[in-house]
Amino acid sequence: MGSPHEAEIVACIPSLRRYARGLAHDPQRADDLVQDTLERAWGRFSMWQRRGAIRSWMFGIMHNLYIDRLRSQRNSPEEDAGEELPEAVAAPADRLGLRDLERALQRLSTEQREVLLLVGVEEMSYREIASAIGVPIGTVMSRLSRARERLRAELDDRPAPAKMQRVK
Amino acid sequence: MTPMDPDLPTPDAGSPVSEADLHGYVDGQLPAWRYDEVERHLASHADDRARVETWRRHTEMLHRLLDPVLHEPLPPRLPLRRPAPPLWRGLAAGIAIAVLSAGAAWLARGAFDRAESAASPVATAGPAASAAAQGAPVGELAGFALRAAAAHALYSPEQRHPVEVGADEESHLVAWLSKRLGTPLKVPGLKGVGYELVGGRLLPGDTGPVAQFMYHDASNQRLTLYLTRQPSAPGQATQPAFRFGRDGRVNVFYWIDKDFGYALSGSADRQELTRVANEVYRQLGGS
Repeated sequence: MGSPHEAEIVACIPSLRRYARGLAHDPQRADDLVQDTLERAWGRFSMWQRRGAIRSWMFGIMHNLYIDRLRSQRNSPEEDAGEELPEAVAAPADRLGLRDLERALQRLSTEQREVLLLVGVEEMSYREIASAIGVPIGTVMSRLSRARERLRAELDDRPAPAKMQRVK
Repeated sequence: MTPMDPDLPTPDAGSPVSEADLHGYVDGQLPAWRYDEVERHLASHADDRARVETWRRHTEMLHRLLDPVLHEPLPPRLPLRRPAPPLWRGLAAGIAIAVLSAGAAWLARGAFDRAESAASPVATAGPAASAAAQGAPVGELAGFALRAAAAHALYSPEQRHPVEVGADEESHLVAWLSKRLGTPLKVPGLKGVGYELVGGRLLPGDTGPVAQFMYHDASNQRLTLYLTRQPSAPGQATQPAFRFGRDGRVNVFYWIDKDFGYALSGSADRQELTRVANEVYRQLGGS
């Protein structure tokens, strides 16, 4: 908090935690990821050249760390298939629906999950996401499209015509 | 519908609505003029309308699934600031010392958190504290004072939502926060020392909910008062210990009194914070 930019990093923490939870599912691992991200951000803070927004920079760091971590896990697989969902994420009434959503989310590919969360939950612009995760904007769009179609197929069972007319 | 253009999400006026347009519509990322065109398309394409509806519903569910994380207390292991002060020791010795102090600061941080209430007071008791505290060295913040500084840094720059409940609903604010903290609270009125109440919010602390009141002066300088339950350590002096510390740009004047921790944070200097803190202390049951 020595500079406004440092305060901005601190201000990113709640949304970094939210994103990490969606990405890594297990709260402990999600916070490991947040901790590593912050440590790297503070360590490289002097190298941040003010070329872009701090927020995309931070999410970019988290993206790189997460990908690295997945790669190393692939070599020493440690399966978490039976793991329970975090408690108290929602009121009981809609817990069932959210549980299905959580499951479908974790079944997406990492690339699709990242983009879906950055767009839908973190509300970043497509361009910002492209620069944070280092892919062309067209790739962001196609991942988003596949992620949304996959969720729709899994959660809505290929919506019946009656459901398609549903108006909010 | 045309297939998605891989590299150009910005549509041309009057062009057929693409899948990228539908995503842009749901995500609020279209140029303003394009919304009408997409809406006209949706009016006559039930299948696209259904897709858009479903995407929206899923987005909203993702928020419900994950937004609760925003309100969880931050795990204490997260580093909230840069570990090493870089250049002030001089460039020559810089690197070695910076590495050393980074490690030390990191270790000290945990120790401070644990030993928070045992830390040595810089002054004891009452309005007289101001004089003593002003002469004391600036302390490293720890425990609730560090969290107060972080909360100040987080919310005081906020233009649109600096508080959850505004000063116009002061009695509601007091009733609400009193209920959540489980004790009757009083919001100190600081008009006498030049600060007007903006409002307050409830925050997660490490031992339960915490209240934050925000004030501003005529030039819109903001101060926050952070209030947390803080059981006094056994054998601790009955008189509160007043301390002053700094975290980055945030100065904090803090004390523990009758099982409550108080921290007044702002970018105002020590003298100013001391002046206001004395008023707070006086009003909240001090002598």
